[in-house]
Amino acid sequence: MHARAARRVLPGFPLALGYTLVYLSLIVLIPLGAVFLKTATLGGEQFWAMVSAPRVMASYRISFGLSLLAALINAVFGLIFAWVLVRYRFPGKRIVDALVDLPFALPTAVAGIALTAIYSGNGWLGQWLEPLGLKVAFTPLGILVALTFIGLPFVVRTVQPVLEDLDTELEEAAASLGADRWQTFWRVVLPVLTPALLTGFALAFARAVGEYGSVIFIAGNVPMVSEITPLLIITKLEQYDYAGATAIAVVMLVASFALLFLINGLQAWTSRRHGSI
Amino acid sequence: MSIRVQNIVKRFGDFVALDDVTLDFPTGELVGLLGPSGCGKTTLLRIIAGLESADRGQVFLDGGDASSAHVRERQVGFVFQHYALFRHMNVFDNVAFGLRVKPRRRRPPESEIRRRVRELLELVQLDWLAERYPPQLSGGQRQRVALARALAVEPRVLLLDEPFGALDAKVRKELRRWLRQLHDRLHITSIFVTHDQEEALEVSDRVVLMNQGRVEQVGTPEQVYEQPSTPFVYGFLGAVNLFHGRIDGQHLQVGVENLSLGQHEFQVGAEALGFVRPHELEIDTDLAQGSGLEARVERVLTLGATTRVDLVGADHAAGRHYEVELPRDRITALGLVVGQRVRLKPARIRLFSPPRPTERTPCAPDGDLVGGYGENI
Amino acid sequence: MKGVLIAVALSFFSLFLLLPLVTVFAEALRKGWAVYLAALVEPDALFAIYLTLLVTAIAVPLNLIFGVTAAWTIAKFDFRGKQLLTTLIDLPFSVSPVIVGLMYVLIFGAQGWFGPWLMEHGVRIVFAVPGLVLATVFVTFPFVARELIPLMQAQGKEEEEAAVVLGASGWRTFWHVTLPNIKWGLIYGVVLCNARAMGEFGAVSVVSGHIRGQTNTLPLHVEILYNEYQFAAAFAVASLLALLALLTLVVKSWVEWRGR
Repeated sequence: MHARAARRVLPGFPLALGYTLVYLSLIVLIPLGAVFLKTATLGGEQFWAMVSAPRVMASYRISFGLSLLAALINAVFGLIFAWVLVRYRFPGKRIVDALVDLPFALPTAVAGIALTAIYSGNGWLGQWLEPLGLKVAFTPLGILVALTFIGLPFVVRTVQPVLEDLDTELEEAAASLGADRWQTFWRVVLPVLTPALLTGFALAFARAVGEYGSVIFIAGNVPMVSEITPLLIITKLEQYDYAGATAIAVVMLVASFALLFLINGLQAWTSRRHGSI
Repeated sequence: MSIRVQNIVKRFGDFVALDDVTLDFPTGELVGLLGPSGCGKTTLLRIIAGLESADRGQVFLDGGDASSAHVRERQVGFVFQHYALFRHMNVFDNVAFGLRVKPRRRRPPESEIRRRVRELLELVQLDWLAERYPPQLSGGQRQRVALARALAVEPRVLLLDEPFGALDAKVRKELRRWLRQLHDRLHITSIFVTHDQEEALEVSDRVVLMNQGRVEQVGTPEQVYEQPSTPFVYGFLGAVNLFHGRIDGQHLQVGVENLSLGQHEFQVGAEALGFVRPHELEIDTDLAQGSGLEARVERVLTLGATTRVDLVGADHAAGRHYEVELPRDRITALGLVVGQRVRLKPARIRLFSPPRPTERTPCAPDGDLVGGYGENI
Repeated sequence: MKGVLIAVALSFFSLFLLLPLVTVFAEALRKGWAVYLAALVEPDALFAIYLTLLVTAIAVPLNLIFGVTAAWTIAKFDFRGKQLLTTLIDLPFSVSPVIVGLMYVLIFGAQGWFGPWLMEHGVRIVFAVPGLVLATVFVTFPFVARELIPLMQAQGKEEEEAAVVLGASGWRTFWHVTLPNIKWGLIYGVVLCNARAMGEFGAVSVVSGHIRGQTNTLPLHVEILYNEYQFAAAFAVASLLALLALLTLVVKSWVEWRGR
């Protein structure tokens, strides 16, 4: 019998895999591990006290609550947006389509100061909204606006391709069987879009939870009212409270990884439903 | 160049793709590897090429053990199922690729490369498309470019993986004939993989039938068609009618009825499966006759010179389907009408022992073996 | 119905996407071209531009090489744990930028694990350029790989196998067969990676220390100007980044159009 290592026709596998793993470990895994190791030096009780202090709890409510709300808004409007882009023709469509990705491309600090300028008391929209008693800038509402901005492309870009592949025959079939427009949408179109819509929603939510740059300018950053969790980490760092900062970071990391896991599952579901690309 | 594979075993996880395969491919022949999808034929082709390595066993090229030689050293031409043309190169550059990547001391001068490529493109009748890019070609044209590209390096053997698989029926027939003619001109040892029995029988000098990682039969197209050595080969190579019964002297007893047999080596009382091709089945309108199986005419379809009659078994055989092929004028003489009861009489029956349950490997679904034959594959 | 939906979508578009973009340029030019240009050629701004380009010029090639290598590994070979590896490559996307900064402070900061040792040897990582580079490499880590992996998986490996059967060497196969096929995806990935590298704020903010003329990148410079109420100058610098974003979108649309 031949001693035969599984021979590969294409070259470079050991080297490429080795390099990938080393680089991944050095840049991503080891630094992330450092955060968890640092917390391990804290006692369980101490850790718990740090991550459940009232100010920290308030920041979770703000970060997670507003992110959820922003992701919901994006799910609704993102779906409408994707629908309009796929199904209708109107002047300027290509530009609108291209600009959907603006929140991906525009640095968050730039988005932050621009949104603040629009919604502050003397801004383009702020000057009309404030007399109505609607203060946006420097309130939780401002945070919601910023989080909606950065989350928008996620929903549009995950739903759009599925909608493009969705055969209009399906809707025609439903119509020929006597379904009205609403029934067709609810019973035929929406179920097909659900996995993609949920994926986009989860992606937008995950991004919003960790967002920092676009939020801090417009948030006002009042503890207990409009202080997001990432900002709280920075505040602790600036006070040299490394342990406190790290403990909160671990809570956020665990939440993000859980979300990543969920998103992976959702994407697998989408591609199973949708057929692989 | 001759090829020999010896005791090749290949597993993918738990799945046994090739189970101890030994085969000889003599110099200059065009051999068809035929079998259903998943039977291991493509894996075998890739192992011969060196694109895949076997878990066990050897590959001999021209008598020399090439098992551990790299693809690059084996000097094989390989035509991929989806052609694998380099989509960013035009037809000319695709065909020239293999010559241009030769090490400098063995690389022909550019003028020679151009001449050779022109020659090959003429051979495959595509010289007028040299400047086109693969996406601008039809399926059949891509196929011929792929072939020219493989031939450019003057391979010692030519391996083709489902060469006509992705083409529509008409182009397929044309290319089939063309490939046969090309082989008759070049006489390069060639192996091609296919799941289409008509294709294999029409093109090959010899056919290798494979099933579930094993070789079922090797022979000329006439041999495998006329004398199938296993029930699988019988069923795979054309439509077949199946009669399950017990041997009773010169008869096969199917339920309460008898089918006459010729010479056979089965013991009296043994269980047996009788295989009969549609053109080997006779129709008798005289129901009073003793032998034969009673059936009812369901449909009579005349296409060209032959007529196909679909029948369904009567009484105890109700629900079984049979297919008979007769010359057109014979049908006219019989005057068959739908619903009529007739007797089916095999002119020739080939007997096999029924497969024992233990012989079935998990990847052969039940229906494949018995149900499948009855339904006329 | 169609009209209503288009109206809703376009209103949402104008409110959330168009308006912020227009605002950047309008605010930047509010005090005229002279103020605008002055804000861009002022030494601290010039340094911020230089530093941003420097950090990007290091981070993008590193992630480009990684992206191609990782995609080659994942798309062209089968091995155990491939799915896990793909997920791990995406990991940096789900980490808050602030936490990225925190990581490097924990490791290389004065109180960090290597802090004292680095101090002894006179090496500064946090609150210096290496920290900025590390943070940027982390946040832009997945971009190229993520673009290439699905593309190369969809293309399969038949073309590479064909090249090898025809006698091409490994390098030759990569340069002449693989690379031309992934060209557009590669450009796209690099452009996205570049945009994020130049625009990253949260992660570099933590490790920068905001030292003007030393560790201030463009987004950080915007923040400083803004917090000093130099709004026109802040938006002037921001408009550079907005132009970069628009350029990115143009390249993206172009690549998508080419891909069709």
